[in-house]
Amino acid sequence: MSDSRGNPADVAIEPHTSGEAPTLEPGQTYASVTDQISAIVLTRHTPKGWFVGFGISFVLLMAFLYATAYLFAKGVGIWGTTIPIGWAFPIVNFVWWVGIAHAGTLISAILLLLSQDWRTSINRFAEAMTLFAVACAGLFPLLHLGRPWVFHWLMPYPNTMDLWPQFRSPLVWDVFAVLTYFTVSILFWYTGLIPDLATLRDRTPSRFAQIVYGMLAMGWRGSAVHWHRYATAYLLMAGLATPLVVSVHSIVGMDFAAAIVPGWHTTIFPPYFVAGAIFSGFAMVVTLAIPLRAVYGLQSFVTLRHLDNMAKIILATGSIVAYGYTAEVFFSYYSGNPYERYVTINRALGPYAWSYWALIACNIVTPQLLWFRSVRRSVPVLFVISLVINVGMWLERFVIVVVSLHRDFLPSAWGMYYPTIWDFVHFVGSLGLFFTLLFLFIRLLPMISIFELRELVHETEEKA
Amino acid sequence: MGAPQKPKLPYGLLAEFEQGEALIAAVHKAYAAGYRQMNGYTPFPLDGLFEALGRRPTRLPLLTLAGGIVGGCVAYFMLYYASVISYPINVGGRPLHSWPAFIPITFELTVLGASFAAFFGMLALNGLPHPYHPLFNVPAFKLASRDRFFLCIQARDPLFTRDHTRQFLEALTPKVYEVQP
Repeated sequence: MSDSRGNPADVAIEPHTSGEAPTLEPGQTYASVTDQISAIVLTRHTPKGWFVGFGISFVLLMAFLYATAYLFAKGVGIWGTTIPIGWAFPIVNFVWWVGIAHAGTLISAILLLLSQDWRTSINRFAEAMTLFAVACAGLFPLLHLGRPWVFHWLMPYPNTMDLWPQFRSPLVWDVFAVLTYFTVSILFWYTGLIPDLATLRDRTPSRFAQIVYGMLAMGWRGSAVHWHRYATAYLLMAGLATPLVVSVHSIVGMDFAAAIVPGWHTTIFPPYFVAGAIFSGFAMVVTLAIPLRAVYGLQSFVTLRHLDNMAKIILATGSIVAYGYTAEVFFSYYSGNPYERYVTINRALGPYAWSYWALIACNIVTPQLLWFRSVRRSVPVLFVISLVINVGMWLERFVIVVVSLHRDFLPSAWGMYYPTIWDFVHFVGSLGLFFTLLFLFIRLLPMISIFELRELVHETEEKA
Repeated sequence: MGAPQKPKLPYGLLAEFEQGEALIAAVHKAYAAGYRQMNGYTPFPLDGLFEALGRRPTRLPLLTLAGGIVGGCVAYFMLYYASVISYPINVGGRPLHSWPAFIPITFELTVLGASFAAFFGMLALNGLPHPYHPLFNVPAFKLASRDRFFLCIQARDPLFTRDHTRQFLEALTPKVYEVQP
């Protein structure tokens, strides 16, 4: 077995450039992509930055667990959540995390169905991002239940109370949607990992790692017959995941739209939530991809073409979101309903006007910079824009949840919302959970799909 | 140990190639020579290899369809049973069988059923998990997950003989290994 990079037997490939930046930098071979990506997990020393990042995330995760223990002991009164704002930070965080999750599925499933070769280098960690974001999202409604220890009442099962969940409620649909989404995302992610786990099994020098990766790879041998069924299953699951993503965030939108609260009761919510989800999710993928490619030297796999394309999708979905905001304003006027009209006036001029204008600045004004090619190809600028959009999408959910609830029909029922320290601990702590899982993933599993990169080398070579 | 045994047949003979195209050409030749119990091993799904082996396409799509139908039916029946039979609640005379409200959960569980069928069906048809396989006895086979392409003609093929099959494969590539069972 030779481990040298420049093995003459390896097929050197030509870049296929048609005015575009390449999806894969030239000069890569089957062996070189395999060795470079698996070396991140197997041989190379863990970078110092990993320990720093993991340490910070882990501390935040501990803070999250501490806050959760305190919440279980004291109840939801430790948060600022109170009538009339019965849904506050937890639901804002839930919708924000679920939204972020969607880009991972979009990249891996929809771009696979559309045969977009630029998906290859980013789909694996985008899928991992999906899983971890859904895990964060799922915790918030549970914590918000008030009695989280009876969460299983949400599921239909024969019980001594002789009761069923209310299946006509979007909140119950949401339980099914999010759980299905989480399960299907795990299956899809694991399916993609099986051949790469076999690669790690075959390449690790450590006996222990060989056994662990070997068990996880389940005896994968790369047989042509297996590949045939594998590719069929992968494509089928992509086809299933695509409408699933749309359904999940539509149902999250219906959680609001089915209520009669002014500002929630609109038909535009489901599609506008889906567009917003993709918008924020791609922003998060960019936020994660830029430091990863810099720290691990993956510039030849995650190229400017990837960043450029993702920026274009952010711009496109951002425009749909902007259309959604405009439609909301228009229909509140056109409905002729004084309560609907007041929602818009209150958003723009009320006590929470700062959040509305900050959201407009983050989600509508900032993405306009992405019309410029130079901005899309400038890595630091793109990184900052992606952070701004992440903040903006959090604010959007804040505006929808808190600002709609704080003044509904009767002024006697109005109130203000003041988050407590625990609201912030839970939010920042969920970031800790997300990044702890992400750092472990980067260290233990290949963050770029190795076998798909080999396939890309093969295709690039055929095109040349 | 003990009494001398008859020489055992190997699992098969394994030929190593450096190019996918060479492997496909070799499979075509082996198929023309009459070999059927053979399989190709590649680091990524190689177009044309499966067809060259002369196998029938997988029935996994049908299985997935069945999984989806089962998931959807179970979901709809559960919703109907809970809302109409087991726990009917009359809310202002609204219909108990309110099917539009049952669609989202039916859809979700259809997707779930189909995905389970696709995932576990793929594993089951592939015979995975399969921790031990004779091919893992060949050290060079580790490269099947990196940059080499393999063809294995199995001993259970009626045309297989140690010498003839080896000669046949050695005419195609210099690297031929015997796979111990």
